[in-house]
Amino acid sequence: MAGGSKTFGPSVFQRKKGLAPMLRFIFGRLAVLIPTFLGVSLIAFSFIRLLPGDPVMLMSGERVMAPERHAELMHQLGLDRPMYVQYFDYLGGLVTGDFGSSIVTKRPVLDDFINLFPATLELSICAIIVAVLLGIPAGVIAAVKRGTWLDQSLMGVALIGYSMPIFWWGLLLIIFFSGYLGWTPVSGRISMMYFFPQVTGFMLIDSLISGQAGAFRSAVSYLILPTIVLATIPLAVIARQTRSAMLEVLGEDYVRTARSKGLSPVRVIGIHALRNALIPVITTIGLQVGVLLAGAILTETIFSWPGIGKWMVDSVFKRDYQVVQGGLMLIAAMIMIINLIVDVLYGFINPRIRH
Amino acid sequence: MAVAEIKTTKPQTGFAEFWFYFSRNKGAVMGLAVFLIILFVAVFAAFVAPHSPSIQNRDVLLLPPGWTQGGQWTYLLGTDAVGRDILSRLIYGARFSLFIGLVVVTLSVISGVLVGLIAGYFRGRTDTIIMRVMDIILAFPSLLLALVLVAVLGPGLVNAMIAISLVNLPHFVRLTRAAVMSERTKDYVIASRVAGAGTLRLMFLTILPNCLAPLIVQATLAFSAAILDAAALGFLGMGAQPPTPEWGTMLAEAREFIQRAWWVVTFPGLAILVTVIAINLMGDGLRDALDPKLKRS
Repeated sequence: MAGGSKTFGPSVFQRKKGLAPMLRFIFGRLAVLIPTFLGVSLIAFSFIRLLPGDPVMLMSGERVMAPERHAELMHQLGLDRPMYVQYFDYLGGLVTGDFGSSIVTKRPVLDDFINLFPATLELSICAIIVAVLLGIPAGVIAAVKRGTWLDQSLMGVALIGYSMPIFWWGLLLIIFFSGYLGWTPVSGRISMMYFFPQVTGFMLIDSLISGQAGAFRSAVSYLILPTIVLATIPLAVIARQTRSAMLEVLGEDYVRTARSKGLSPVRVIGIHALRNALIPVITTIGLQVGVLLAGAILTETIFSWPGIGKWMVDSVFKRDYQVVQGGLMLIAAMIMIINLIVDVLYGFINPRIRH
Repeated sequence: MAVAEIKTTKPQTGFAEFWFYFSRNKGAVMGLAVFLIILFVAVFAAFVAPHSPSIQNRDVLLLPPGWTQGGQWTYLLGTDAVGRDILSRLIYGARFSLFIGLVVVTLSVISGVLVGLIAGYFRGRTDTIIMRVMDIILAFPSLLLALVLVAVLGPGLVNAMIAISLVNLPHFVRLTRAAVMSERTKDYVIASRVAGAGTLRLMFLTILPNCLAPLIVQATLAFSAAILDAAALGFLGMGAQPPTPEWGTMLAEAREFIQRAWWVVTFPGLAILVTVIAINLMGDGLRDALDPKLKRS
C-alpha cells in the first residue's frame, strides 16, 4: 500500500540525496491526510444525525418531555441551528481539542480516550511483539524447508490462525486456562490487591516501578491470554508473508552467488536473504495496525480489558453517541498518524518508494 | 507460457487450464470438498437436521454431547440452555453464514468493481475524489465502522450485511482501479478504441474481463472475512438477533455457560472456523491457479 501507485515529490530523474526528498514525501503525505481527516469528521458528525430521534430525546430516554422544554434544550445545545453551522462549530471544537462530552458520564471524550488508550496500546504492543518474534522465524523456517512436513504444518497452523474467529478463540482459552487449569484470571488488567500510581499507564511498567512484590507477575498473568488472542491473526499473516517473501528472495541471483561463494547457510539466509525479504514484511506489519484495533474491540470485550475497544462497544450499547462520535474521530486520527509514521519509516528503509 | 506450449499438443480450454493448476493444490481441493459439503447441508437443512432448530425441549436442558457421560445419541452435539439441539441449529446456521458471505461479496464486488472501473478509467478529478472517499472508509477499523453503522441502521442481519459490504468496498475499488490502470494503455485497448468502441464497451467488455483474476481471489477472501465479521457482529449482539441460529449469535448466547457447558461454546465456533478455513484454502488455490506469476513448474 505504501508507495503503490501514488506519486509525490520529484521523479526518479531529479532524485537528490539528503533530507529534502524525505521532507517532501512527508509533506505530501500530510497534505493528503487533511482532506481525509475532514471526511472522517463529516462521517462521524453525520452518524449521530442519521439516528431516529434527536440527542435531546435520546438523553431524556423513556421520560415524556414537554415540547417547550424540548425546544429549550435543543436551543441550549445549539441543535436548532442549520446543519452546516453545527458542523463548522464541531470542527472548531476539534481544533481546540474539544471532542464533546459523554451524555452518560458528562466526562470529556478526550479525557476518557487518553485514560483508556494506554491499556489498548500496551495490549497491542505486546501482541505485535509476539506476532513478530514468532511469525518471522516461522516464515523463514517454512521457506527454507519448503515442501517438507515442517513447512506444511507451519503453514497449516498459520492458515488456522488466519481463519480464526478470535472471539471464540478467546472463550476457548478462558475455558481451558482459566476454568479447567485455573492458571490465569478471566478478566481485567491486574488483581484488585495492588494499588499504585499510574505513571505511564502501562501496567507492566507501572507495576515494576511500584516495587510491590507480585504486582508485575499479576499484571503479566492478566495480559497473557488477551495477548495470545490479539496476536493470533497478525502472527499468521506475518508468517505467511515472510514465507512468500523469503521464497521470492531465495531464488534471486545474489543469493545463489552468496551460496556459491561458500558462505554458511545461516549467513546466506540470515543476512543476504532475510534483509531483503523483510521489506514487504515490514509493510505487512504496518498494515496490521487497523487489524489490531479491530481485534482489540473483540479481545477487550471478551476479557473486560479496560481499553478503547471495550469503551467504544459499551458506548454503542449505551447509545452514548457523543462518545461514539468523538471516539471514531480519535481512533481514525490515531490510525492515520500511525500509518503515516509507518510510511515514513518505510521510506527510510526502502528509498525506492520515495520517488 | 513457453512451458505450456511444450507440454500440451492442443490449446487447453480456460477451465481445463484453471482446473489443472487448481487441482495440483491438494489443500484447495480439500477446501472445495468441505465447502461443497457445507453447501449441501445448508441447502438440504430441512432433511439433514435431526431436530427443529427452534423447538425447545424442556426435558433436555444443557445436555452434553452424545459420546460423553450423560449425553444422548439423538442429540449428538448436545443441547443449549433452553433445550434446542445444537447440531440442528448449526446445520440451519450454515444457511445464514453462506448467505451472508454471498450477499456481502455480491454487493461489494458489484459496487466496488463499478466504482473502481470508473476511477481507473477516467482518472483525473473523479479518481481523486473516489480514492479520497475510500481512504476515509479505510481510516476506521473495519469492525468498528460496521458496528457503528449497524447501531445507526438498527441491529439485524440485513443491516449487518449492508455494513460489512460497505467496509469491504475499498478493497475492491483499489484492486479494480489498479488493474484497470495497468490495462487501459495496452495495445489491445487502444486498438479497440481506434476501431470505434464506445466508452462503455471499452470499460466492461474490453478491459474488465482482463482484470478479473485478482478480483476473484479477493472475492474469495472477502467471502470468508464476511462470515467472520458477521459472526463477530452477531457475537457483539449487533448482527442476527436471537433466536436466529446464526453461529456468532449462538456464541453470544452461550457466553454465560462458558464454565458449565463447554459444548455450547465450542461447536458454533468450530463451525465458523472450519467454514472459513475451507474457503481460505480455496482462495489460496485460486490465487495459485489464476496468478500467472506463480505458474512456475
